[in-house]
Formats: sequence, structure tokens, C-alpha cells
Amino acid sequence: MNTIQKNVLREDAPDKISGSSRYIQDIALENMIYAKTIRSSQAKAKIEKIELPEVPPGYSYIDFHDVPGVNGVSMINDRYPVFAEDSVNYIGEPIALIAGPDREVLRDFVSKVKITYSPQEPVFSLDKVSDDRIFNQYSFTKGDPAEAFTKAKSIIEYTYRTGYQEHMYLEPQGMIAEYTDNRITVYGSMQCPYYVKTALQHAFAWPEDRFRVVQTTTGGAFGGKEEFPSIIALHAAVAAYKTGKPVSLVYNRREDVEDTTKRHPSIITYKTGIDENNRIAAMDIHVTLDAGAYEGLSGVVLQRALFAAAGTYEITNLRISGKSVQTNTVPTGAFRGFGAPQAFFGIEMHMQHCAKALGEEPLDFKRKHLLTKGSSTATEGKIHHPVVMPEMIEGVKILSDYERKKKNCGKRVDGQIYGIGCSLFFHGCGFTGSGERDKIKAKVRLRRREDHQIEILIANVEMGQGPQTTLKKVVSQAAQVPLTRIVFNNPDTDKVPDSGPTVASRTAMVVGYLLQCAGEELFSRREEKGELIIEKQYVQPDFIVWDQDTFKGDAYPTYSWGVNVAEVGIDPVTMEISVDKIYGIYDIGKALDKDIVRGQMEGGIAQGVGWATIEVMEQQKGAIAQSSMTDYIIPTVQDLPEIILDFIDNPYEFGAYGAKGAGEIPLVGAPPAVASAVENALGFRIHKIPIKPEELLEAQQNDD
Amino acid sequence: MTIKFSLNGKEISIDTDPGRRLLDVLRDDFHLTGVKEGCGEGECGACSVFLNGKLVPSCLVLVGSISGGKIQTIEGFRNTERYAVLSQAFHEAGAVQCGFCTPGFVMAAEALLRENPDPDEKEIRRGISGNLCRCTGYAMIVEGIQKAAAVLNREGDNGRI
Repeated sequence: MNTIQKNVLREDAPDKISGSSRYIQDIALENMIYAKTIRSSQAKAKIEKIELPEVPPGYSYIDFHDVPGVNGVSMINDRYPVFAEDSVNYIGEPIALIAGPDREVLRDFVSKVKITYSPQEPVFSLDKVSDDRIFNQYSFTKGDPAEAFTKAKSIIEYTYRTGYQEHMYLEPQGMIAEYTDNRITVYGSMQCPYYVKTALQHAFAWPEDRFRVVQTTTGGAFGGKEEFPSIIALHAAVAAYKTGKPVSLVYNRREDVEDTTKRHPSIITYKTGIDENNRIAAMDIHVTLDAGAYEGLSGVVLQRALFAAAGTYEITNLRISGKSVQTNTVPTGAFRGFGAPQAFFGIEMHMQHCAKALGEEPLDFKRKHLLTKGSSTATEGKIHHPVVMPEMIEGVKILSDYERKKKNCGKRVDGQIYGIGCSLFFHGCGFTGSGERDKIKAKVRLRRREDHQIEILIANVEMGQGPQTTLKKVVSQAAQVPLTRIVFNNPDTDKVPDSGPTVASRTAMVVGYLLQCAGEELFSRREEKGELIIEKQYVQPDFIVWDQDTFKGDAYPTYSWGVNVAEVGIDPVTMEISVDKIYGIYDIGKALDKDIVRGQMEGGIAQGVGWATIEVMEQQKGAIAQSSMTDYIIPTVQDLPEIILDFIDNPYEFGAYGAKGAGEIPLVGAPPAVASAVENALGFRIHKIPIKPEELLEAQQNDD
Repeated sequence: MTIKFSLNGKEISIDTDPGRRLLDVLRDDFHLTGVKEGCGEGECGACSVFLNGKLVPSCLVLVGSISGGKIQTIEGFRNTERYAVLSQAFHEAGAVQCGFCTPGFVMAAEALLRENPDPDEKEIRRGISGNLCRCTGYAMIVEGIQKAAAVLNREGDNGRI
């Protein structure tokens, strides 16, 4: 068991280092042509007329008329059109494609397309939301919050806001589609091959066996390649079907930033009733998410935000409600953390604000309300597994020298205003409630070939997060064969069963556990001769109770937990924030590989620090104002803090060798830790991320 | 226009529009796809190549301007002994996740170590600050470069294995 944590060298690394790995932009099929997207310049309008320049010989114009089946991208529903028909709902909405051999000609063509619109009144604001703009609306209650609020000694109420976040994976999105032998094959950069396949089936209205989806080496994703690749795949596939040639549709950076999904901006209000013992008697929480023009995955993102909104605390009387709202802006979607980072920024800042209002030390105040094994969750489910947060809090205090350093808050250290802050957080592992059982129904396959190599056949992808290493280790250990005998290629839907999407921190835990079971069976049947195929399907653990209609029960099978401390220095003149150190202690069950887990944590923290500070993205009248790497700044090697990590083993019985979710949790905890440190440095409340220096200057003047 | 230059040690003569980006010439005409296009604006460093020994983002270089120059891409550099050391060090340090930025980082690391064979951490961070990575948080890349520097220095001032 202990060997599983020992790091091994990643097998995908040498080809990536040498530049030999082929990403979608590096692939050229024979006779391949290129496509370029023609997009809306209006936030909301009727399309009156489209005037095209002459389509040169060898070039094709493709629009909604060319979609063989349904002109809708199958996500939760199919209301997101493959191509706009007579109206557009956001700037950048795809209207058509031009496809042909020379990319210069395509660019020239797109610039000469003349579209006449009759503009309509767009909506951009999350205030004063009329019912027809609400995509999703949920609410649930625990205990008797109304009664508890009437009895409360005092009520504390604040609103918190978070901004867009752009994934900014280094590899822009792209797909190549070809139509041969009556079949569509799509190659590309993606997290979820079967999502793409389902979207193709729906839009073409052809039988399932006429589609094949193959993942190519994927240059980062972070949720950005969860649902959006279906759209690019459909565009490329429709173009390939119409032209009969392989079609490459690869976005440039500007197009990727302006026109693909990003993290939902949020507004979260917390109203908290305090009892005579300075404990929380009740909370009323409302979450509003900006979904952009189409619903996409917003309903599920909202659910995760709501299930996280009470944080790591046991609140007896609780009402949580929320809505996702349509605006005439680029649709938002999946992004590492999936609604939880927004919620944890809200709850962690709010708990700190409550503590300060009551004159208590924030960390002590939080500890008094912590969930523990057996606690009732926000959805009245049970915490089934041991919670080691008290040990983790003690650990991080020692690691960071928290108590001593706290006294320096607000003082000048090396010319900067010093601050230290902390955050407590969890991440629900895997799909919500019974989603794994009812929707995903994951299936994995191991194939021991005649040559005794063992193939891992699953639909989950390597996108940098390391499953081609960790999952091989799982199978190696379970089947008791050396790593060198295990093969795990990029998934091809013609070869792999649907083990579900590569999302929700589920791969190591859910898929890994199924592979462990398959590997153990392989070991027990090792004497059998010839080829051997072993399949395992997900079975929901008995202890999970969940009602998806009322949101009652166990929202997640289990949770990963974390504690962060952040140290910041703020320039007294410019208010520029320098995040100097982040300490993190995590319970992710069991780390399947020390190096890979370290990489996940450091990378996730970096994205969290970026979102909290320098990653500013705003829309102006529906147009994304920061549309390149020059305008939208992600952390460079000089912006990032020193990161000090530790882990507490707390194995989960239904995760691979005890593994729980690890990929998302680092992004959940870092932003509130940084914001809390900034607040403790400056002495006035922080309600919003990203924290902009100019707003700090303004707040400081108002505070004076 | 005819443009002559040296590419990974080979003398090349091409007839092309001098206004094309070097990046496109390398990728489309010579299939040197280790040179990645991440941003097209000189921000990310994924398309870094050596032009006359100096690290440049090939997306900002017009091919007309390199006449008579020497270009080395990752495909050329990867045949060297110094590359073998850097590659091994990146691998062992766990510096690679999605890998899209990695060839650019290797080139930036080589540029740094040529100039400063024994950089401290601060100098490494300054040296690679023209390259972006969204996966790792950079610490393991910095450690990879430290490892490589240590090996190269142990093997002698000229970096021979």
C-alpha cells in the first residue's frame, strides 16, 4: 500500500519536453482544409441579412442549414444552437463557417462578410432579474431559519462578488473532423470524449456507430474543455460532412479568450443570525450566477455552489437558494471548482466578518462551527467519514507560525503592509448526489493481451493532471504487474467504454477505484490463458442517500478537505498585492503520486491566487474587455508565492487505494485565504475578488 | 522573395512572402511542430527559438528579417548533450504537466544557462519570466532548471557529458 505514494517518472514527459507530442494544432491529415468561424458582432439582435463575398472555388460556406439533424448542442439541454439561425444572443455567437485550403483567404473572407442586424435591447446586469431571464432556480431549507432569525440576538448581512476567470490553458482549443466510409471521426483537445460523441449523435441524428471521437494530447483544460469542445467538434464535423474533406478548426488565442466559456461571475448574499452565545443560530444564503447567453452547465454549477455555500460548518437553521441568470454575454461554464470557489470565497469571508463583528478571533470562531463525522450537512446528509480538520488547523498554524505572525498584521514589514489570513474548505468528490449511478454509469475495461501487456481502456483523458501515471500505478499495484507492462493510450470511443467525463475530481477516486477492482480480479485470474478482458461498472455505495428533487441527503459520497494560510505584503503607495507565501494542508484521502499531487496543488493554488488578485476580466456592453494574454494577466513565475504543502492520509474506502478528489480543491481554498490576508493587512473588509489596487485605494480613503 | 538562412544546422533557401511570421514558416513549411503557438503576441514563450543564439518568440519575427541568420528550434536543440541534461532534469523534477509550454521553457532554460551557468533561484525566475505555464505553478520547473545547472556544472564548464 505504501508504495503507491512514491513518485514515478511520468511516461508522457519525454515527448512533451522534446516537442514530439502532437497536439491538435500540430496534426495535418491528407487533403485537410481549414475553417474559420463567422461570429455575431451584436449582443442581441435579429439577423436581417447576410451578404457574402464571392465564395472562391474550393471553399465552402457552412451554416445552420447544413446541420443534418438538430441545430442544438446537446449539453444538459440543447438550446445552445450549433449555428445561430435568425437571431443572436451574444457578441461572438457562431453564425457560420468558411472552409477551404488557405487560411489567409479564410481570414479575408470573414472580414468581408456583411451582416445586417436589427438590434434589440440586451441585458448585462444581474440586478433586477425578471423571471424570463432565470435559467435555473433552486432553494432548500434545513431546520427552522425563520424562527431562529426572530430569536437571534443580532443579524449580520453582507454581499460578496466574484469575477470572471479565463482558463487560459496554454493550448488553444481545436478539433479536426473527417467524413469517411459514412462515418464522422473527430480528433481534438478535450476532457470528455463521450460528451462530444453524444453531441454529434444529437446534431446529426444518426446512429451511434457512425461516430468516433479520439482525444489528442491535450494542453491543459481546467474545465474549459469539458462542454465547449462539443461546439467546435460539431462545427468541424458539419464542415467535413459538407465538403467531404478533413477540416481543421483551431482557435487562435483571441478567439479562444473571447468566445469560449469562463468561470461564472457571482453575487452571493449572506444573512446570519447570531445567538446569545455568539454562535451562528441561522443563515440565509442566496447565490446568483451569471450564465451568459445560454444555460449550458449552469444549473449543475449552481448546485455545487449551493452545496458549498455553508462551507465546512454545521449550521442548524439554514436556507440556501440561488439562481443562474441569462445575460447577453459569452456563456460561462465549467471551470476547476465548478461553483465551489465562488461559494467558498463568500462563506470564508463572511465567517471572518461575523467573527470580527463579534470581536472573536476568526479561526477560533470558525472552529466552533466545524463539521465533524456524523454532522448533518447543509442538505441534511451525513458526514460519513472522519474529519481531520482540527489536526489540519493545528498543523497549518505550526507550519506557518500563524499565532506569532498574526500580530504583525497592518505593520510594515520590508516596506510593505503585512497581512496573514486563512481559509477552511472542502470539495465534494465526484458527481453530485446519485449522479454517478443515475447519469454517468461509469464502465472501465482492462484487457490483458496475448503478449501480456495490460491495456487500460477508459474514456478519461490525460490533460496534464497525470492519470496516465497514477492510474497505471493503480493497475500495476492491483494486478501485481510491473508498470512497464501497462498501456494507457489517449481514448478513442471505438475502443474504450464510457467511464464518464474527466471532471469533478472523479478520475482517481471513482474511475481509479473501478480500475483497482478490475486489476484485483485480473490478479486472481492470472493463471487463465490467452486474452483476458475484465469490465467493472460503478456501483453506488450503500450509505449514500440522496433525493435530487428536494436536494436532501448526501450531496457527495465524501469530501476532500483543506486549510490554507496566506501571507501578503501590500505596497503602501500603489496598493499592489504581493502574495508571498501560501501554506496548505490537505486531506485528499491518499495521494497516488507525490509529485503529481504536488503539481496539482501548486498549479491549483496559482490559479486561485491569480483569480483573487491579478486576473481581471470584465465585459463592456457584452464584449470581453481583456481578450489576449497581454490584457488578461495570469501569474508568471515571478508573481507566485512560495508554496508549502503537507498532507494527512485519510483513506476513502471506495477510492483507488484510498484516494479522494484532488484536482479542484487547491483552487477552492486559495482565494479566500489571500483575501483574508489582504483584509487583515489593511483593516477594512474585502467583499470582492479580484482585489484591484485602485479599489483598495478608494476603500482606504473611504475608511479614513 | 528568396530568403536564405540556417535552420537547425542546415542551409535553407525558401521563396516566400517576407511578411510571414517565422512561426508559420517553421510549423507549416518545415513541420517543426515542437514550436507551439500559444498566443501569437509574444506573451507566452511557447514558440521560442534561437535566432543567432538569442532567444526570440518566433511569432513576433517576420521571416524576411532573418536572412542570413541562424535559427535553432527545439528539434535542433534536442540533439545536443545539453538538451539531454535539461530533459532529464525536467523529467525528474516533475516539471511537465500538459506539456504545451515545455519546449519553450527548455529553450528559455538553455538561454539562461548559457549566459549564467550557475543561477540562483531569483535569477532563474527572472530568466524564465517570459514564458507562461498554467498547470504547474512553476516551482517544479524552477527545480528542474536547478537540477540541470547542477549536472552541467559538475560535468565541467563546457557542459560536456
